[in-house]
Amino acid sequence: MQQYIIELSKYGITICMVMYTLLSFLGLFRRDEKMTGFYAAQCVFTFLLQLLCFLHMALVSGNMEYVFFYLFAQVFLLVVAIMVPMIYEDVNRMLLGGMCMLLGVGLCMISRLSFDRAVRQYIIVLISLIISLLIPYMLSRFRFWKKMTWVYGLVGVFVLSAVLILSEVTHGSKITFTITVSVGQVTFQPSEFVKILFVFFLAGALWENASFGRVALTAAVAGLHVIILVLSRDLGSALIFFVGYVFMVFIATGNYLYLLLGAAGGSGAAYMAYRLFAHVQARVLAWRDPWTYLDDQSYAITQSLFAIGGGSWFGRGLLKGTPTDIPYVMEDFIFSSVCEELGAIFGICIIMVSLCLFFVMLKISSQIKDRFYQLIVYGIAIMYIFQVFLTIGGGTKLIPLTGVTLPFISYGGSSVMTSMIMFFIVQGIYMRLRQEGGKRGGKKTVSGKNGKRAEKDRKQ
Amino acid sequence: MGRRPSQEKTENAQKKTESSKRAGQRDNRLPIKVSGGLFAVLFALLIGYLGHFVATSEQDMINNSYNSRQKLLLSENYRGTIYSRDGEVLAQTVKDSTQNEIREYPYANLFSHIVGYSTQGRMGVEDLCNYYLINSNISLNSKVANDIAGNKNPGNNVYTTLDVKLQELADQQLGIYKGAVVVTEVPTGKILAMVSHPDFDPNEIEVIWDSLLEDDSSSVLLNRATQGYYPPGSTFKIVTALEYIRQNPDTYGAYSFSCPGYYRHGDDRINCYHGTSHGRVDFESSFAKSCNSSFANIGMTLDREKFGETLDELLFGRELPLDLRYSESKAEVSPDTPDWEMMQVSIGQGKTEITPIHLNMITCAIANDGILMEPYVVDRIESAEGNVIKTYQPKEYGALMTEEEARILREMMTAVVEKGTATRLSGQSYTAAGKTGSAEYNNVKGDSHAWFTGFAPAEDPQVCVTIIVEGAGSGGDYAVPMARRLFDGYFREKGEL
Repeated sequence: MQQYIIELSKYGITICMVMYTLLSFLGLFRRDEKMTGFYAAQCVFTFLLQLLCFLHMALVSGNMEYVFFYLFAQVFLLVVAIMVPMIYEDVNRMLLGGMCMLLGVGLCMISRLSFDRAVRQYIIVLISLIISLLIPYMLSRFRFWKKMTWVYGLVGVFVLSAVLILSEVTHGSKITFTITVSVGQVTFQPSEFVKILFVFFLAGALWENASFGRVALTAAVAGLHVIILVLSRDLGSALIFFVGYVFMVFIATGNYLYLLLGAAGGSGAAYMAYRLFAHVQARVLAWRDPWTYLDDQSYAITQSLFAIGGGSWFGRGLLKGTPTDIPYVMEDFIFSSVCEELGAIFGICIIMVSLCLFFVMLKISSQIKDRFYQLIVYGIAIMYIFQVFLTIGGGTKLIPLTGVTLPFISYGGSSVMTSMIMFFIVQGIYMRLRQEGGKRGGKKTVSGKNGKRAEKDRKQ
Repeated sequence: MGRRPSQEKTENAQKKTESSKRAGQRDNRLPIKVSGGLFAVLFALLIGYLGHFVATSEQDMINNSYNSRQKLLLSENYRGTIYSRDGEVLAQTVKDSTQNEIREYPYANLFSHIVGYSTQGRMGVEDLCNYYLINSNISLNSKVANDIAGNKNPGNNVYTTLDVKLQELADQQLGIYKGAVVVTEVPTGKILAMVSHPDFDPNEIEVIWDSLLEDDSSSVLLNRATQGYYPPGSTFKIVTALEYIRQNPDTYGAYSFSCPGYYRHGDDRINCYHGTSHGRVDFESSFAKSCNSSFANIGMTLDREKFGETLDELLFGRELPLDLRYSESKAEVSPDTPDWEMMQVSIGQGKTEITPIHLNMITCAIANDGILMEPYVVDRIESAEGNVIKTYQPKEYGALMTEEEARILREMMTAVVEKGTATRLSGQSYTAAGKTGSAEYNNVKGDSHAWFTGFAPAEDPQVCVTIIVEGAGSGGDYAVPMARRLFDGYFREKGEL
């Protein structure tokens, strides 16, 4: 009996994920915002998926710890899926549901890889949720967001350079601060949080004036960010910042030339970096010819490919593969371990769900009249999706490895916290939009105090 | 949240003020859509790439010896059995008295290279089908039953195209000589027998491993049939002849040469085998008698650039459509090739090197109207319960030459048997065709490898045999009688003799 459940749950998991993905795409094309049944169906698949995954793990290992962790994880997801819409009734359910799905998959996969770390991750996710829940309130409560442009930029540059100068070298990248607190060591990756400041900086600098002079000025500050990140050997973040910058300028100006300029400049800069830095060359070498340097530079990428190839379409089943052979599997290669044990179909669904969330954010941004908030949502969307592309493309050897996390799924407190904050910033802006009724074919009209405040805000 | 009719008016009014406000700022919904589209394309690429990778590379990934997932599979399943084409066991996993799994090879040395071994690295079919052998496709019910009983699952079984009788015959022919024999079926490309000497006993591989590695001189572990480099000698005249026909399609029949036993060009000189003077020869008799002088003369008339292209088409220095591990043959001719080297190449000496399997493939293509069938050794994979998981069908690689060129070469190769260097094959109930070679490998006279490559029946080729006997002497004296016994064996088995 046990064996049957184990074998069949493998297919059940894939089916749940495929159904969820299909629903997500269907949801994109629905105009009606009130689709309670629709979201309920998505929720059911999310929870069914979790149930099957943890049941599978408990049966295979005979370890009851999984059952406990499952209960905790479910409580959390229930809270997010049910409580959040109760607190903020205008929350975007697609975005919220997608985040739950990805967080759930992440917690499940991390608990499979290391139980201790899963507990840590769980706590960080809880803290992040509490912080994130304050964000929509803060966005509507405070007025100063648009006036702080240069603060965002300067703080960002300052933090990044402080890290470059002060911090210890970890995994060949100078990207973390280790703070020893009485509880234990908390490692903290500032470049993640600077992403948020960066988006706010660009939005603040470009929303009312996107003249060439302005663009050049922002280019200098953005360039400084990127250069510090490259010097810190954090190539992945450097690329994310760069791409975020190019696309935000493109939207602010509406000028397609900036995209071309960005592509040309990016290629040129990448080539320069390749010529100048040995660590960039090593990455490219490991990518171009991994089988030759299998023992050495390419060990991680080849192990990742073994994992994906060995998993095939339906995966080997949770706890049945050997994803721990991949170095940094929980941070940089979580996608490969998902593919190995849950299958490539599941992996492709993860990609599609991420893409879907990106489209939802783009849709929101295109409805916003206020250029400042529009740019923020757009910038967050671009940075999110580009990070997904970098980590999955790197782990599958489509592009050279850059070592960034997969948002919501990878292990890493800074990463998951930043991703959640970013998503709740989008949520906050979305709620404003709906409350203002400024949405195209609006659902609600301006009413009372909120409306006046929004009106005032728009004039600023 | 829903649209309430009473509010429509205010909404419309609001829309107007908004659109007028927006006039100042450009509408950027289009650029947002464009960026969405850009990423959609990027992700379509990513998904396509991932799907393609998973669809094509699962086996390679599992088989890579750096991949620890093999051990995992072997802890769940035991290795499947390898069978000959008539169902004889060539390799199986059994348990010894202490319940240890042992890989058993009932025919010991006979299939040492082609079936190979699976410990100490892998070789042959054991390597080629490793993925299937260590995976088990039995039904879920059986897996559950095994699980309850605490047994491992049986891996999948591999049915090869190998013929035990022909393999034994080929093995006997080589005897104590070093060398290789390849026997393939012309219309399909099935490998019926593949022998490489010296051989070893795969049952003892763990014990003899170190001594095999230490012994540099005889390279026991090398599968000479696919990886052994040999100078092709006169068998290469097939290629030279093909090129001459290509460059002189209308006039090759009128070729004539008077052979004094050598050919001189400047200070360089090519001798016929044992200095024999062949007198006046035409194109066909130059080939049949394997006249070196005449072929050096032919070679000197050829356009070297076009010759180089033909060598490419015949897969010299190219990848072969072969799953077994092999070496790429070496033969190069270009406009820069100096005259003395051109003379050497024309008779298959000098830097030119070929593997027996490659020569066999060229011969098969000639026998098969110019079309090369990809050689293969695995017929099908079955689960332990007898369900067919994968069958391998004969596969055309493509044309190495035109049908007409193949026909002319077949006639010339028939003449070799009837009135040339392979007359020991004539007078049988079937007509054979082929080409001999005596490839000199030392500059000392008399040290030569005996070659034969050919097929039978000449009018409707069924079987192709390629033989190399190291250091035996002339192909006509040593390799041709072996080929005759192999042809006899093949037709006897088919009941046609």
